Amino acid sequence: MKSTEALETPMIKKKSKEKRKQYIAAYVFLLPWLIGFLGLILGPMISSLYLSFTRFDLLNTPEWIGLSNFQAMFQDERWIASAKVTLTFVFIAVPTQLIAALLVAVLLNKKMAGIGFYRTTYYLPSLLGGSVAIAILWKNLFEIDGLVNQVLAYFNIQGQGWISHPDYALGTIIILATWQFGASMVIFLAGLKQIPKELYEAAAVDGGTKRQVFFRVTLPLLSPVIFFNLVIELIKSIQVFTSAFIISEGTGGPINSTLFYTLYLYQKGFTQFEMGYASAMAWVLVFILGVMTLIIFFSSKYWVHYEDGGKL
Amino acid sequence: MNQSTKTSRIVTHVFIIVFGLLMLYPVVWMVASSFKPETLIFSSPSIFSKEWTLDNYTNGWNVVRNVTFGQFFQNSFLISMIAVLANLITCSMAAYAFARLKFPLKKLWFACMLMTIMLPAHATLIPQYTIFHNLGWVNTILPLTVPKLLATDAFFIFLMVQFFRGIPRELDESAIMDGCGIYQIYTRIIMPLAVPVLITTAIFTFIWTWDDFFSQILYLNTVDTFTVPLGLRLFLDSQGESSWGSVFAMSVLSLIPITTVFFIFQRYIVEGIATTGIKG
Repeated sequence: MKSTEALETPMIKKKSKEKRKQYIAAYVFLLPWLIGFLGLILGPMISSLYLSFTRFDLLNTPEWIGLSNFQAMFQDERWIASAKVTLTFVFIAVPTQLIAALLVAVLLNKKMAGIGFYRTTYYLPSLLGGSVAIAILWKNLFEIDGLVNQVLAYFNIQGQGWISHPDYALGTIIILATWQFGASMVIFLAGLKQIPKELYEAAAVDGGTKRQVFFRVTLPLLSPVIFFNLVIELIKSIQVFTSAFIISEGTGGPINSTLFYTLYLYQKGFTQFEMGYASAMAWVLVFILGVMTLIIFFSSKYWVHYEDGGKL
Repeated sequence: MNQSTKTSRIVTHVFIIVFGLLMLYPVVWMVASSFKPETLIFSSPSIFSKEWTLDNYTNGWNVVRNVTFGQFFQNSFLISMIAVLANLITCSMAAYAFARLKFPLKKLWFACMLMTIMLPAHATLIPQYTIFHNLGWVNTILPLTVPKLLATDAFFIFLMVQFFRGIPRELDESAIMDGCGIYQIYTRIIMPLAVPVLITTAIFTFIWTWDDFFSQILYLNTVDTFTVPLGLRLFLDSQGESSWGSVFAMSVLSLIPITTVFFIFQRYIVEGIATTGIKG
């Protein structure tokens, strides 16, 4: 637009009219989003912050109770269990998934026949994995007479009802999340292609072993992509709902072992209609996610290596 | 190529194939099981069977009285299609304003838009539900489609802004010379050139809406409004373990639309993920 503006400098009046026209047009284009943002996001955000200090059951007017919801949370055994389940899940599932994605991406990052086919095979689970159908399949796989135990029986190992055992139920959901490493893998593959070949050639000339090359060349140069995947997976994992809901049939059992935070929030808000409490839970979730994201962002300057020094 | 690198290549290939098959085996097993008689499904972990049948499909299709899975599919398709169209139009409109136009408060709104990408839906959940409840929209498709008409999927706006910025501005300028206004630049220059990002948006809106179990379970409570994921959940409530054959049959059907979309647009999906970081 700069060149046309320069031509028009003598016609200031016309220019300001043009400008106004552009302002109006811009807001016409922005209008749907603006209504949505104000009415469905910003407004509800403020309102849910208010509700978190109230007792609210949808039908009666909210009643202000100060910090009671937050105090109740820290004495609520089920809330504590749900926070533990979600944090355990995040701290195990996110790293395992990223490591699996990285290892397979490195294996696939070669010129070889059938690469497209392999990539599809590994990507497919992450495409399907979020569905109720796969959650149902998973539930069946790990039942006492499910496929997993049948395969174990071939090797003379006595399996058990993994889903109904409080020590193992969460594990099955972690395996389901890890199974979906394909999307991160595709992003790693794209990142690996960006690494200049000269660096590998130089490393080979210097006599670097495969392991050295991986840790000193590949990993540092891939760190921005690792950073990106880490943030995305964190946000996704902390909000897991479908698999936990289907596998535990909405209960979060056995003994709260799959009571994910969002599942408990759903129970509180929409089966017990304690919507003030549910709003308070939501804001604690936002807070924890915010803190974790900030930690990752601030730590990134120590481990994320940008070729251009990090300038945008 | 010497002997040892050749062997290591073969080992890598074999590992990749075996591990990949192992990962997909449960899904393949489910597809096979959906065609087996109920009694044979758990008789062995193999995908082969001495008998095949379509009974699971007919039983599963009619599992609920008065409503078939056909209704659930219709509901799911309607919601997903509206969501796709709505996202394509409203997100691209917002993106066009952010990428090309000058207007007051632009920086503020842009920052707001970026912030909403990372905000968990739970932060707005209860008030949103209250609004839709008070409007009498519960048990209609409106709570699932109206937010898309208001471009609340900010992620796609961001995606499109990035893409629009890559379209050369000279094209806009020559269009202005030819007498195009702001609106024509959007419809005649930007949108036609943005087809790749529009396809990526359409695909992922479709898949995410189809699978959006959380919103569906919140807002759809009567059987005739149920979507496919909610229909599948009925099996767990009503019949439980006794009819895995029909559960598998309907599960397989529920995955077909997503898989079809994937195989038709595979190139766009993989490129989309690789260049933008969008996830399935």
